[in-house]
Amino acid sequence: MALNQLSVFIENKPSQLLKLADTLRRHNVNMRALSLSETTDFGIARLLVDTPEKALEALKDECYVASLTPVIAVELSDEAGGLYNILQLLADAGINLEYSYAFIMKKKGSACSVIRVDDQERAEQVLGSAGVPLVSAEDIA
Amino acid sequence: MQHGCFRPEIETASRDELTALQNKRLVNTVKHCYENVPYYKRAMNEKGVSPADVHSVEDLWKLPFLSKEDLRLAYPDGMLAVPKRDVVRIHSTSGTTGKRVIAYYTQADLDMWDDCCARALAAAGATPDDVVQICYGFGLFTGGAGINGGSHKLGSMTIPMSSGNTDRQIQFLIDMQATVIACTPSYAAYLAEVVTERGLQNKLHLKSGIFGAEAWSGEMRRDIEEKLGLEAFNIYGLTEMSGPGVAFECGAHCGSHIQEDNFIAEIIDPDTGEVLPDGSEGELVFTTINKQASPLIRYRTHDICTLNREKCACGRTHVRMGKILGRSDDMLIVKGVNVFPSQIEAVLISRGCSSNYEIIVTRENNSDVLDINVEMTPEMFSDKLSSLSAMEKDIVATLKSVLGIYAKVHLVAPTTLSRSEGKAVRVVDKRGLYEKTGRN
Ligand SMILES: [Zn+2]
Repeated sequence: MALNQLSVFIENKPSQLLKLADTLRRHNVNMRALSLSETTDFGIARLLVDTPEKALEALKDECYVASLTPVIAVELSDEAGGLYNILQLLADAGINLEYSYAFIMKKKGSACSVIRVDDQERAEQVLGSAGVPLVSAEDIA
Repeated sequence: MQHGCFRPEIETASRDELTALQNKRLVNTVKHCYENVPYYKRAMNEKGVSPADVHSVEDLWKLPFLSKEDLRLAYPDGMLAVPKRDVVRIHSTSGTTGKRVIAYYTQADLDMWDDCCARALAAAGATPDDVVQICYGFGLFTGGAGINGGSHKLGSMTIPMSSGNTDRQIQFLIDMQATVIACTPSYAAYLAEVVTERGLQNKLHLKSGIFGAEAWSGEMRRDIEEKLGLEAFNIYGLTEMSGPGVAFECGAHCGSHIQEDNFIAEIIDPDTGEVLPDGSEGELVFTTINKQASPLIRYRTHDICTLNREKCACGRTHVRMGKILGRSDDMLIVKGVNVFPSQIEAVLISRGCSSNYEIIVTRENNSDVLDINVEMTPEMFSDKLSSLSAMEKDIVATLKSVLGIYAKVHLVAPTTLSRSEGKAVRVVDKRGLYEKTGRN
């Protein structure tokens, strides 16, 4: 059920994100979600896009360092504690969270939280057996 | 300004007298090395030359070269040429453990060294009436001990401050009315800045400064002279050869006199090893001819400069070396520590990094800053920021242990480093220490 997230190395310098966005635009790649995290020197852009493999090829052609990373995406219930319940399940199972970000799914109109953990397989089991709705690639295509 | 000669009979000796002295001392040194240091015996045998083939300076070219690596491999005492009981002191080059070069001194070696430094001080105008403040480090480093010995020999009042503690340095400069200061040019520039900022220029009594142990630009010299109100003099030396005082600048300020009664200088083509005529730009090679414990035969310094044997306006006859124009290897001197790009490359490769990197040396507030840009590769990449930061930290820590100094490491995007003809330019030295023109 994992989604293929595009992770891209970018320098923490002016207009680096602009260049990345331009590359994706020229290859007709459509972004669904974007999260940035950075240090003083560099950052990592994490993107969910409609065609991850094609986007990866395009970026490699333009000398970007990028990779596809499996991430879990869960649909959040629109109520207080929606994210809390999921984090609690992971914590109880001793699964470490590397990073997380959220976006609104256009098709469903609900919030989606992207979660990167140290043990992808177990996280899917834990969340699945607790009945947490996992988001598929089709859901965001 | 012209200043005195400490040993006028030697410093202004005729070329013939000097050559006769050099011939005699060279023959003795070669014999001493051959008989007492297995390394020299082996190297000379390999080259098919024996002490019997060396009669004068003209025969120097027959002898094998000696490299810093040879000295490192001899650590700790493989090059020692006298019984240990005759040694009275050691000093050492900076460098990581086991990679140091140990210099041994007999009492006669120390006397010779003191004499060299006394001559340098006298040339810079120091007399027994002067107060010499030494802000070079003391300890294994030769800067402090060398100038200290020279100043004693000359009879000046000596303040062995050692390096650091700028407030105390300034207090002593003022309260002891120091007239001569000896330190690295970068520390002098820093002191000059602090003194200016605090408006203490009028409280200083300095007339001369003796600066060495690193390359410095003409611009830096003028800045130091103006702000500290002194006349600046270059001093040159290598720990391997005894320390500061191998060559020193006189009041004519056009090159540094190499003390030819103790050292023979040659300029060679760094690629072929061929000896070049006076005036040619090439690598400086030294032979010590008045040392007992750690004599050196044809030691390659990798410093690029020229030699000038014309008689100097100061009256000294000893050959003058021009300003160091660069290095024949790719060694950088950063914060007084020798840094080879190959060491940095080895660390990067051992950490799974790409071999596309760039070393940038700059000077901020008169202190060297070492930055290393490393191009990101797919193999190094992770989508976790924590992993990339940990990789940076690991490289920094490894570099620190290998080089002995701190380097900032930056992960950069691929193909962002400057390239010349497709190859990444590895070293960018922005300090402007070497210049092709200007007085030495
Ligand atoms: Zn002179």
